[in-house]
Amino acid sequence: MGSVTYRALFFAAVSLAALVLLAPTFWSTAPKWWPWKEPLRLGLDLQGGTHLNYAVGIEQAVDNTIDRVGRDLEREFKGAQVGAFTVDRDGRKLLVRLANKDRRQDARDVVKSRFPNLVVVDAGGDADFAVDLTPAETERVRSGVVEQALQVIRNRIDQFGVSEPTVIAQGSDEIVVQLPGIQDPQRAKDLIGRTAVLEFKLVAQGPAAGTVDAPGPGMQVLPGAVNERGGRPKYLLERRPIMTGDVITDARVAPGGSLEGPVVEFVLDAEGTRLFGDATRANVQRQLAIVLDGYVESAPVIETPITEGRGIIRGRFDFKEAQDLANVLRNGALPAPLQLQEERTVGPSLGQDSIRRGSLSFVVGGVAVMVFMLVYYRGGGLIADAALVVNVLLLLGVFAVGGFTLTLPGIAGVVLTTGMAVDVNVLVLERVREELRLGKSARAAIEAGYERAKHAIFDSNVCTFGSGLILFQFGTGPVRGFAVTLCVGILTTLATGVYGTRVVYDWLASRGRLKSVSV
Amino acid sequence: MATKATAVATPPASPPRFVELIPHNLNIDFVRLMVPMLIVSWTIIAIGLASIYLRGGLNYGIDFAGGTLVHVKFPQATAVADIRAALERPGVREVIVQDVGGGGLEFQIRLQAAEGEDESATASAAKAGLQSKFGEGSFEVLRVETVGPKVGKDLWRNATLAVLASTLLMGTYIWFRFDLRFGIGAAVALIHDVLITAGLLSIFNMEFDLTTVSALLTVVGYSVHDTVIISDRIRENLTKMRKEKLVTVVNRSINETLSRTIITSGTAILVTMALFLLGGPVIHSFAFALLVGFTVGTYSSIYVAAPIVIWLEGKVGRTA
Repeated sequence: MGSVTYRALFFAAVSLAALVLLAPTFWSTAPKWWPWKEPLRLGLDLQGGTHLNYAVGIEQAVDNTIDRVGRDLEREFKGAQVGAFTVDRDGRKLLVRLANKDRRQDARDVVKSRFPNLVVVDAGGDADFAVDLTPAETERVRSGVVEQALQVIRNRIDQFGVSEPTVIAQGSDEIVVQLPGIQDPQRAKDLIGRTAVLEFKLVAQGPAAGTVDAPGPGMQVLPGAVNERGGRPKYLLERRPIMTGDVITDARVAPGGSLEGPVVEFVLDAEGTRLFGDATRANVQRQLAIVLDGYVESAPVIETPITEGRGIIRGRFDFKEAQDLANVLRNGALPAPLQLQEERTVGPSLGQDSIRRGSLSFVVGGVAVMVFMLVYYRGGGLIADAALVVNVLLLLGVFAVGGFTLTLPGIAGVVLTTGMAVDVNVLVLERVREELRLGKSARAAIEAGYERAKHAIFDSNVCTFGSGLILFQFGTGPVRGFAVTLCVGILTTLATGVYGTRVVYDWLASRGRLKSVSV
Repeated sequence: MATKATAVATPPASPPRFVELIPHNLNIDFVRLMVPMLIVSWTIIAIGLASIYLRGGLNYGIDFAGGTLVHVKFPQATAVADIRAALERPGVREVIVQDVGGGGLEFQIRLQAAEGEDESATASAAKAGLQSKFGEGSFEVLRVETVGPKVGKDLWRNATLAVLASTLLMGTYIWFRFDLRFGIGAAVALIHDVLITAGLLSIFNMEFDLTTVSALLTVVGYSVHDTVIISDRIRENLTKMRKEKLVTVVNRSINETLSRTIITSGTAILVTMALFLLGGPVIHSFAFALLVGFTVGTYSSIYVAAPIVIWLEGKVGRTA
């Protein structure tokens, strides 16, 4: 057995492997013992489903961080007993004003010792000093936002019940969500896009409260849920929340009273239990507003201190709404608001139709090319056709084993590959013809044909491969599917069209059957 | 023009016979037609650009323009006018109803949201409009796509950059593998192909979207094949035919490679034709761009890239 036999066996083995990999795609009833179970993965444009592209409001996340830091700062100042103080937002800075100027250094020390992520900066005007996030902290927040948002969305989607959802980051500030089989994405969109920032705020009262039209200092007005008359009542609240939703450890739907429908029960962690206990103890008989994403869901009166770390949110929910609310509360708030930039929904019948049309183009185009090669180059064409069949098998085999997604443009890429793949054979065979015209023997002509054509083959395919890579960089979704097909197709073409066909000629030569050549 | 035998080996007693589309001993004086062809090429480009200008830009799909696309299918032939009427409602800025595939069964409807309206509300409103006109379940919604305006702006920049980067990459590669003249020739030929394809997309009012751009990039990557084949042969012949003038060498090289140039492009055009005719409305403009691009790409390697190599003779790179 010479090296030719080994090379031939290698190609036979690889083709067989590709067949094994592809069988589950084309025969859904593969036997149990079949070693490969996964069919080719189809893109949303072929199987139907929804594709959502969100922009993550990264700057908003930095803003939120500064707000949170402001609250922490107030808490620490209180603990350190620096006297009366205010902490106010001014753009990206927090301005600190102290009633007792002698405690300025103490306040600065609190910042230095407790907040490594803050720097003290000069403050203009009457403020005593200002603090800002360190550049490293800002960067950390920015880079962490997308990652956190991905995690939150994944958790929400997992509990939504879609099979094989995809939630991935794209670029520096985008998140792509793909939901196979979902035709009406409204509920999914509501679930994903909801920021789910939960805040507990006291309803303002007393002389400092002001009115709904002219809220007093430190107060704000927020709309409530839509009432029976279709309007939104306005609530006058204390701006500073007594706690936020990040202390919630669990939330679930519970049956409510006979008239109100389901409610959402939540459980707090130790910190939350303490905060909630203290706040409710100090404010018995006041109204506590439960604010979700800027809307007051309900504002019950605190009857007794709540010290066991549990609470209930009442709203006019139906069961699904209550379920989704429990879901988002359990899985935490998004670190930044999301903006839906792109939404594509493909129905299953269009997907089926695309598969049918794509396959038809593939068969018609492929057969036309093969018939042409056979008629034009006869024996050489037959070998090229065989290489083409193996080529397509390998190309799809790579898709199967690599878990790449086949899209409609991807199918078009396979069709194009059949048309481009025979190029290498044409280049070689045309050269062989030239050499034969010069009077060379069959074997020498083939030898020279491969040798002389190799530069043109290599250069042209490097170019197409390069543009395929650029295309991959540029495109998203289906276009990427096309770019992958194009690039993988070039590799399998070089493998089969150049090395594969060469093995056949070498094998023929080794058995002494290459006295004459039919090209 | 006088032909000149340059074969080096003795021809065999009985020359082998092959199936040939292009006779192997063809000798067309391609170079002589270069100036007229140049005029033809740039006239087509000018007409295409004029068409783009007069139509106020290419027929941008929602990928670029933003907006909403609703693709619907009716069980029986329906008039475009009826669909338009169903979609009529205050505030909708632009409605384009296109009968895809003919026969009045499948329609692509493009809408721009009313001022201040959420894009996804536009799609719902359009579906509701169709339902109230034609009745629930009387048509099938095949796909709904909504793209915000920000995406389109980024896309324009990225698309232009990608096409330019591709062209530059091809030119540079050819420069390194061959010579600066060949690199410039290839790059100009590619720009020529992209311009003509874009022009024809406009003239035939084909939709210009994300997949069309990927078709343009593919054209750039594939058109260079023929240029490589011809350049490779020119380089080979330059060493073999040292005494001949460059024009003769180029002519001879084009003739010698004409058969493979046409067959390699021909097979690619054949499968693209299959995609264009059978691939359906989703990839219609994609297949159209490929079809035009591949065809023009073949022509341009002969009539754009090669002449530049001749004109740049002695001006840049090595002299022959």
